[in-house]
Formats: sequence, C-alpha cells, structure tokens
Amino acid sequence: MEDIRYVFDIEKDDFVRAGEASSKIKKILRQLGIDSGVIRKISIATYEAEMNIVIHSLGGQITLEITPDFIRVIASDRGPGIADMELAMQEGYSTATDKVREMGFGAGMGLPNMKKCSDRFSMNSSAGKGTVISIEVDMKAGD
Amino acid sequence: MKIREVKRILEAEVLCGDDLMENEVSYAFGSDLMSDVLAFVKGKTILLTGLTNQQVVRTAEMADLNAIVFVRGKKPEGDIVKMATDKDIVLLLTRDTMYTASGKLYSNGLEGVTID
Repeated sequence: MEDIRYVFDIEKDDFVRAGEASSKIKKILRQLGIDSGVIRKISIATYEAEMNIVIHSLGGQITLEITPDFIRVIASDRGPGIADMELAMQEGYSTATDKVREMGFGAGMGLPNMKKCSDRFSMNSSAGKGTVISIEVDMKAGD
Repeated sequence: MKIREVKRILEAEVLCGDDLMENEVSYAFGSDLMSDVLAFVKGKTILLTGLTNQQVVRTAEMADLNAIVFVRGKKPEGDIVKMATDKDIVLLLTRDTMYTASGKLYSNGLEGVTID
C-alpha cells in the first residue's frame, strides 16, 4: 500500500459542520478495511482535535496520512496558540466559553483524550502562533 | 439487552432506527459532557443524554455507539434525526429524567461502563 494523504480545511466557530472532517476520515479508513479498534482511536482523537480547532483557533487544517505501518493525523491551526502547554494537558483545565460548554464540550478532556488514543502524540505551540498536534496510531499486526 | 427492550422499559418514542430495534447494547452511559463520552465509553453502549445538538450524534458516530436516548422529553431538531438516520444510529425519546431512566435500565440488568 502506498502512502495516502488527505487534507481538510476547518473553519473557526462553524459548529454546524464541526465533525464533518472526522466523519469523512472515518469513512475513508473503513473503506480501506482498517481494523475497527484502530479506526475508533483515530476517530475519537481526530474529532477532539477538530472540535478544538473550531472552538479555540482562528481556523486550520486536518491532514490524514495513511502509511502501511501507522495512521497519522496532523491538526494545525493559525493561532492564537497555547500559552501554557502543561496546563492545557491537565484533565479538567479548559478555556472554553459557556456556549461551547452548553454543547457538551469544554470539559478539559480533549487533549488528554487525544493523547490517550494515540500510540505517539506530540503538540507544538506558542502564544501568538499556531498549534500543531500530531496523532499516530499503529496498524495492528495482520492488517 | 436489545434496543427494543430499552424502548419498552423507558416507554420511549422511536425518533429513528425502527428497523434496528433488535440490535444489542451491552452497557449504558449517562452524560451531557460529550468529551467524557469520548473518553470513557467503549463497547456496545447506549448513551443517555439531555443534550440535543448535532454534536451528540457526531460523538456517537465517532465512539461507535449505536443508540442514543434523549431524556427529560427533550426532542432534537429534524436535521439531527436525519443525520442519525444516515448513520444507522437509533434515537429514542423518553419523558424520564436521566436519574430515573438510568435507574430503570440498571435495575433491569443493563450495566454501566467501567472506568479504568
């Protein structure tokens, strides 16, 4: 299998379309016959990342890369960046607005949950610049 | 437990998925926090929630949940029902509160999700 790559644009504050990219990614992975446990981890992590871009950023992109050994999702945004990454990774810490909380998000579980779903997780960010999150899930042996 | 049984116990209205009533659910999870659903739910789980926005259906889709019960008589808009129909997710509506609906299902043998 050759590497496959898809890019999805994510708009800020677009709560109607929020989750569409994750839904498309899940569909693509299903069509490729990838293990359902791997799909579930990628889907949950991608959806959390997509919601984060919609809720917190000025807009960004989600890139899906499928290699023979693992699936990588890169969520990148145009800012405003995360001032304290250690604090952001703490369960329960959130800067979300009441509107977002009313929708069932902003509980401060997104980043820890992304990390939990990943075999490898990294985040790079600085205030005033964008945030880039990389999520990798290994293919299961036998796929 | 079959979804049909959940419907009977909660005297629920079926908003969509009438043809999926024979599907099984092994656990139930009650929450209005979708991130908690994404973090804690695994296996064939039915979600009980008082939230009726489309992110509830998206969350179910991502976490592989096959059914949602809206509690407290809260009815979602038509576009949300359509989205669930397209994704083969059963939507039920009960007048019971979260507490009452959970109690009824638990006492009929439907267990909660275990958190690691």
